[in-house]
Amino acid sequence: MTNTPTYDLECIDIAKSFGAVRAVKGVSFNIPSGSFFSILGPSGCGKTTLMRMIAGFEEPASGDIRIKGRSVLGTPPNKRNVKMVFQHLALFPMMNVFENIAYGLRCNGVKNAEIKAKVHDVLERIALPDVAEREIHQLSGGQKQRIAIARCMVLDPDVLLLDEPLGALDLKLREAMKIELKQLQHQFNTTFIYITHDQSEALVMSDHVAIMNQGLFEQIGTPQELYHHPETAFVAGFVGDSNRWSGKVKASDGSGGTVETDQGLQMVFTAAGGRTIAEGTAVEVFVRPEFIHTVRRTEADGVPGEADNRMDGVVDSLLFNGANSRVLVRSSRGELIEADVTLTGHGDLKPGEEVCLFWSSRQAMCFPSEGSA
Amino acid sequence: MLQKDFRRLALILLFAPFALWIILLILLPHIGMIALSLREKVAPRVYEYGFANYMDFLNEPIYWNTLLRTGSMSLLVTALALLIGFPVAYYIAKLAGNRTRGALFLLCLIPLWVSDLIRAYGWILLLRETGVLSSFLQWAGIVDHPIEFLYNDVTVVIGLVYTVMLFMIVPLVSTLDGMDNSMIEAGYNLGGNGFTVLRRIIIPYAMPGIVSGCIVVFMLTAGSYLTPILLGGKNSSWFTEQIYNQFISRFNWEAGAAFGILLLLFTSIVIWLGLKLSGQTLANTVAKS
Repeated sequence: MTNTPTYDLECIDIAKSFGAVRAVKGVSFNIPSGSFFSILGPSGCGKTTLMRMIAGFEEPASGDIRIKGRSVLGTPPNKRNVKMVFQHLALFPMMNVFENIAYGLRCNGVKNAEIKAKVHDVLERIALPDVAEREIHQLSGGQKQRIAIARCMVLDPDVLLLDEPLGALDLKLREAMKIELKQLQHQFNTTFIYITHDQSEALVMSDHVAIMNQGLFEQIGTPQELYHHPETAFVAGFVGDSNRWSGKVKASDGSGGTVETDQGLQMVFTAAGGRTIAEGTAVEVFVRPEFIHTVRRTEADGVPGEADNRMDGVVDSLLFNGANSRVLVRSSRGELIEADVTLTGHGDLKPGEEVCLFWSSRQAMCFPSEGSA
Repeated sequence: MLQKDFRRLALILLFAPFALWIILLILLPHIGMIALSLREKVAPRVYEYGFANYMDFLNEPIYWNTLLRTGSMSLLVTALALLIGFPVAYYIAKLAGNRTRGALFLLCLIPLWVSDLIRAYGWILLLRETGVLSSFLQWAGIVDHPIEFLYNDVTVVIGLVYTVMLFMIVPLVSTLDGMDNSMIEAGYNLGGNGFTVLRRIIIPYAMPGIVSGCIVVFMLTAGSYLTPILLGGKNSSWFTEQIYNQFISRFNWEAGAAFGILLLLFTSIVIWLGLKLSGQTLANTVAKS
């Protein structure tokens, strides 16, 4: 077993254009065996094209795709051991559940008795042992989802591609399916590649996430890395919520310094991604709402020591959402800042109250602005 | 209360033209035909009710042979129309771009703007002894004397397939259009080759369209008169020609009516058999598209 490749899927510098539009511009990544990998990006960023190239429905213009160490360029989709769960699942409505799952096995020439055993086995594993004889239209949304996955998993694929399969479900079911998908991935121990524009889906389920924008990967990392240590302004803005300021660097000591925002606020920052930012650079600063402490101005003396940024303002409104409640504070310069607050129901902040906002320079992530962003 | 009456009145008014059409143009003539077909002439202007006209049909082989011939040729035309129409419909619905799709569909429609008669004469112009095809073959030196392409079964079948093609393509395009492309891709992705995907996914999905196209085409072909007469001449022996002869040439309305009823029964049985064999129902085929 010394020669076993450690990667289920390797993409090496693949690119694809449609006419003058360059949909994917040289993307490289490796996915280790048995991991849950997400590709997260806004719609139109090229993630679906990338997935279709892996499945074999499009040929890349350049670069190489390797599955289990072997190049699959030129291999037609039906000969690749990569299975795909489509956005609208694409279950075959003219076949019942059993036939849907058996379809792939029949294509491979598996014997009837074995097909029966395998279909039964996979239905057990997705916890739907009794639905074999049902028609597709008799299933609920979540059941269809699981059948679509079972239909692929029964073929024992090297890689399973999922193209936003939760998009059509309602919110409650989507939340439940997130956890279920993760569990299924664990159970089958197969590499899942999950394509989505919904960051919470990607962050909750994935071992690794790639952020894609305009045909390029901005950053690949664990969900925590992406959230806490974004490498580009796009990642900082796209993953999670942020308060965002643009401004100019007033003083810099290499890894941090002071910035003056366009509104005239002085702020101490840390340069993100270990970069050095020179004085006078136009920058963007991101501060996440959960790192901003909101304190009534009358109580503003007990400031946490680390919080070296301070701003005064007036509570504009409260956005109540249980544990995820926020407060919108209008600063003396007129901008609105979002901060997380804990609302207990007793002595909470009220609109119109004067407050102070504090945050640490370590949580003020700063990126040289790209002009267009 | 008033509202309810008003609604009922509106329903009656909306329904009236349809009901009148069905009753006056479909039901009444057929009841008349059935009554007529059951009448036997025993003496001049003396009639009795009985099955003599139907017995005549059974006792005279040329009659039921013509009916069987019409039926089998119609089935052949239907099969050919399906074989040619399916790839065309598949191309229009699935492979053509949005703009070419409209243009191709229009191209299929254009022949309908010209009457049956003119189209049949078009074929005659091409295929007769002094026609375009014969002259071309002589000019090219392939044959040394004029050839008559008209008045044989092949020409009749070609002409009929051409006439009914559109009625096969339209329902096929509309069912194939409703098929999600990812269904075909899923078919390939799960390991199927082109043939498997066609046999196990595309054709079963298009079955309602296939059946409804076949029903319409079969009915139109079996009941057509102009094309077989003009292209097949005396040799065509199409059953509608028999009906025409009974009514017009022999002035035997009773036999003509019996033949008409028999043709209706025959085509209905064939379609019923077809539906049974394909496991479809009228409700999810013709009624749908």
